[in-house]
Amino acid sequence: MTTGTTEAGMPADTVHLDADEQGGPGRAERLSALAQQHGALVTLLLAMVVASLSFDTFLTGDNLENMALSSAFLAVVALGMTFVIVTGGIDLSVGSLFALGGVLAAWGSQYGTAVALLLPLAVCGLIGLVNGLLIARSGLAPFIVTLAAMLGARGILLAVTDEGSRTYLVDKDSFFATLGQGSLLGIGVPVWITVALFVLGAVVLRRSRFGQYVYAVGGNEDAAALMGAPVARTKIAVYTLSGLYAGLAGALNAAWLVSGVTILGSGMELEAISAVVIGGTLLTGGFGFVSGSLVGVLLLKVIQNVINQIGSLDSAYQQVVSGAFLAVVVVAQTWLGHRRRML
Amino acid sequence: MLSVTGVSKIFPGVRALSDVDFTARAGQVHALVGENGAGKSTLIKVLTGVHPPDAGEVRHDGRPVRFTTPLQAQQAGISTIYQEVNLVPLMSVARNLFLGREPRGRLGLIDFRRMRREADEALRALGIRVDVRRPLRELGVGAQQMVALARAVAVDARVVVMDEPTSSLEPREVHTLFEVIRLLRDRGVAVVYVSHRMDELYEICDAVTVLRDGRVVHTGPLAGLDRLRLVSLMLGRDIGEVRGEGLTKFTGSHHAAAEPVLNAEGLTVRHQLHEVSLSIRPGEVVGLGGLLGSGRSETARAVAGALPTDAGRVSVGGVPVRGGSPPAAIRAGISLLPEDRKAEGIVPGLSVRENIALAALPALSRFGLVDDARIDRIVDTFVRRLRIKTAGPHQKVGELSGGNQQKVLLARWLAVHPKVLLLDEPTRGIDVGAKAEVQALIDELAEDGLAVLLISSDTEELIEGSDRVVVLKDGRVVDELTGDAVTEDALLRAVAAVPAGGRDD
Amino acid sequence: MTELAVARGALDRGRLLRLAQQYGVYAGVAALLLFNFAFTPHFASAENFRTQAVQVAPVLIVALGMALAIGTEGVDLSVGSVMALATSLLSLYLGYGPWVAALVAVVGGVLVGLANGALVAFVGVQPIVATLALMVAARGLALVLLPQLKDVRDPGMSALGSGDVLGVPYLVLIAAALALLVAFVVRRSTFGRQLLAIGDSRPAARLAGLPVRRVLIVVYVCSGALAAVAGVLATARLTASDPTSLGTLMELSAITAVVVGGTPLSGGRVRIGGTVAGAVLIQLLTTTLVKHDLPPSWTQMAQAVVIVAAVYAARERGKR
Repeated sequence: MTTGTTEAGMPADTVHLDADEQGGPGRAERLSALAQQHGALVTLLLAMVVASLSFDTFLTGDNLENMALSSAFLAVVALGMTFVIVTGGIDLSVGSLFALGGVLAAWGSQYGTAVALLLPLAVCGLIGLVNGLLIARSGLAPFIVTLAAMLGARGILLAVTDEGSRTYLVDKDSFFATLGQGSLLGIGVPVWITVALFVLGAVVLRRSRFGQYVYAVGGNEDAAALMGAPVARTKIAVYTLSGLYAGLAGALNAAWLVSGVTILGSGMELEAISAVVIGGTLLTGGFGFVSGSLVGVLLLKVIQNVINQIGSLDSAYQQVVSGAFLAVVVVAQTWLGHRRRML
Repeated sequence: MLSVTGVSKIFPGVRALSDVDFTARAGQVHALVGENGAGKSTLIKVLTGVHPPDAGEVRHDGRPVRFTTPLQAQQAGISTIYQEVNLVPLMSVARNLFLGREPRGRLGLIDFRRMRREADEALRALGIRVDVRRPLRELGVGAQQMVALARAVAVDARVVVMDEPTSSLEPREVHTLFEVIRLLRDRGVAVVYVSHRMDELYEICDAVTVLRDGRVVHTGPLAGLDRLRLVSLMLGRDIGEVRGEGLTKFTGSHHAAAEPVLNAEGLTVRHQLHEVSLSIRPGEVVGLGGLLGSGRSETARAVAGALPTDAGRVSVGGVPVRGGSPPAAIRAGISLLPEDRKAEGIVPGLSVRENIALAALPALSRFGLVDDARIDRIVDTFVRRLRIKTAGPHQKVGELSGGNQQKVLLARWLAVHPKVLLLDEPTRGIDVGAKAEVQALIDELAEDGLAVLLISSDTEELIEGSDRVVVLKDGRVVDELTGDAVTEDALLRAVAAVPAGGRDD
Repeated sequence: MTELAVARGALDRGRLLRLAQQYGVYAGVAALLLFNFAFTPHFASAENFRTQAVQVAPVLIVALGMALAIGTEGVDLSVGSVMALATSLLSLYLGYGPWVAALVAVVGGVLVGLANGALVAFVGVQPIVATLALMVAARGLALVLLPQLKDVRDPGMSALGSGDVLGVPYLVLIAAALALLVAFVVRRSTFGRQLLAIGDSRPAARLAGLPVRRVLIVVYVCSGALAAVAGVLATARLTASDPTSLGTLMELSAITAVVVGGTPLSGGRVRIGGTVAGAVLIQLLTTTLVKHDLPPSWTQMAQAVVIVAAVYAARERGKR
């Protein structure tokens, strides 16, 4: 999958370096900012080079196609998470919403593709909206609200599947199934959809007024309010968006698997958060970009792939590695942040 | 342009503004001055829509207006530049300048090229050259201040309110800021300028309004009002005014030992303190004089390890104290009663008893368990000695009156048997009775051999309470009053002195 | 000044709200008990109470540590993974005897807590994020050490899991003892006082010379150790080590118990009694729904609603 596509959506203004009138701290500051922005990409390229040198099976069409497909669903979830985290929030409900979206899509697919897509979007978007309202209007902590939503969504999922005992199947020949299983120019449809969503997301975050508000709310909420940004509306919008993306990812995943698997998605919120943070988005908000999240997702998946290829290693190493990675990235971010405050 | 008439604002228990008239005129820089609690910030907040007035009227362009949010005021053309820059540090300069009113091209997407060009032009027009694509935080504070100003101007502000804009600027930056202010004035913008720096006021302002205790005590052109007169208006003390001693509860001088117990040398904190040195002998009360923002609190905090210093040494009884660490300072015998009692002093959710015992806990426990009997004895002693009025030792401190909260804090520090007590505004915001009691207590503590540093905006309290007064200005020690020179007159003169060292009278 | 007036103005509503926050959880427990006595067959039996108590014990132990973390205005999301890590370590070291194995498991929890605490206290990472990283890593480590479910066949362990004293299961005794211990520490120790002061007003605690970093580290170490103990006990009860599923969503249950018990997320207060009641309340709620043939989906949705309601009720105080 090309990261170049999404890089295009990111204007060059943050990357550009030029003469520094203020002198002093500027250079080191920008070096660390560069590390933050492109560290993940460099690591990803290194990991891919090492992997393709170590395993003949890594750089094969099948393997890459597989990685791209399995990245696609997580990537869509991470896209919504990016918006949330840039506002300085967090959304722990996405894993449950992903699973719920899949189940609803599979159930709805018997009534046609439109229902299969719209039902999960409507339900998951609504849950996201409730999250946003509780967070923005009632001032509750995002992590607890979305934690409750995670539980509630899981409950709804169980309720619609006879306590998890029923698995709805998608008709393999339906148009909906081709959304997951079909391919275009040899690349799976979900991958295309993901790429399109990322381009759109990059444009919205960087080039729309709403995107500016997202950054402003995360960067300094009080200032944003004084400058006239609609703080509450922006927050509500990002949580709704995150719910929508998670539901959509779940639906696509169901189309790919041609069934609404009920046990999916647990731990996905952590993967998505890890990917976003590894991709350079600040957990404290105000800084981040969607291309980084895509790189983060790919990096996680490459690590996973390599660990699988080693064979003798258990896939659980992936969690250890990504947990450690997350810790390292967060520590680095915090230190950079401390320096920033001293300046 | 923008005026208020008969405005009053009452906060629970405090009359922050009473019957205030104030007018900012187009093409004029109007200084708003006053000491802490005089009502400046409340007045600004009324002007900019943060607080609605309880009584009176705000008129803008001759029409009565009623702003309920800062945003409304802003849309009406009233912009505020706060002391702390209120922009988004991680966003680029151009994005900050244009947030919410970005130029948009096709598909409603932001036209960055145009935005950058216009941002660049707007800043150039103010005489500032920065790369508008850089994140705001990479700029110096001064440049950030300029961006805030540019934003204010760009939204067609007719009135610009500046709340201590120069407090963290370098002299060069101040110079640029003044150029911009003059530019605005010539364009017919009304500027309201709040600052404590005399020199700046005289350099840039045309008119002045002095607030004291929520009332306007003077308003008029600045030219012709001499510095001494301005300072005495602010402080509410007249030169040469005869005043009998005994209005405060201080008894006068103490018998201080010869050798200082506290020695602070060359304390320097970037933008805040420059080589401040002072020493206090046991049994001596040293006052720190100066206007707001002169570095009084910063000095106390630096001594107590609560403000990391770039340079300087502190020693107690000849033993050096590790800087930047409150526990180290406390172990050395330095205790600080912070200025912001509510945010940094009391622990509101804990009881009176636990607040008093807090700092002394290690000494009051055995094997990590709290020795309740000893705490009860100590708490009982202090509650009686300081006459702390509570419903009982288990009442939450957050529920006490300001004076009693302050006494609880004093008790907390006395319980660790300090050698040096730093008191930052110990009587601010507490009622008259408690004030007298606290003053008497300070006296008593000095008699007992404690070295006391007293910071107070109440000149009378400072003069009568102190044996010696060190005068600060812009973070430097500019004078020291000793012996018979410890008078309000001398203090006023020292504070109002022009920087060259000459006196202005 | 404003606080005073607000307090006075909203006295009636405020007092009601405060009462609801402080005693609501006990009222809830009582109401559920009454309801079940009246309408649930076979509820009022010693056997049933024993089952309920055994089920609530691990959650309760984890919630004790969580209460401490929340008291410092933090949170510990890694507790579930620590339980998994504990069960893995336990089954790996069982060859050295149950005591050694249990000790190793607890040491594992302490180390995770140490890492959490160091990130929070020294690096200054937000607690949610720091413990999130450890949550991922500890679960992974648990799975690396023990890839799948393994039976635990050890007489000592099974005695711990199902034995009792005078009809009271060991698990319940241990949970009760730990609850008393933590309550005692919070109320009577220097550490407890310092913890509350730090959670209530960190600037004031810092200026009062409290060892803020040390206290924070100890808090997360305690939380890790308690979660590990809960992991050991849960393993003993199930007579199996299942690092994949043991402790999943445990952080959520623990936070719910603490929050429902009246400990505000904004720190400065720790209510151990309320936390115990909170854990019991959730357990009773589940039981009630299950016994009345309502499916688990209802339980989850009900729990979600209870959390949001509890946080919402505590909101006013949090905003102080």
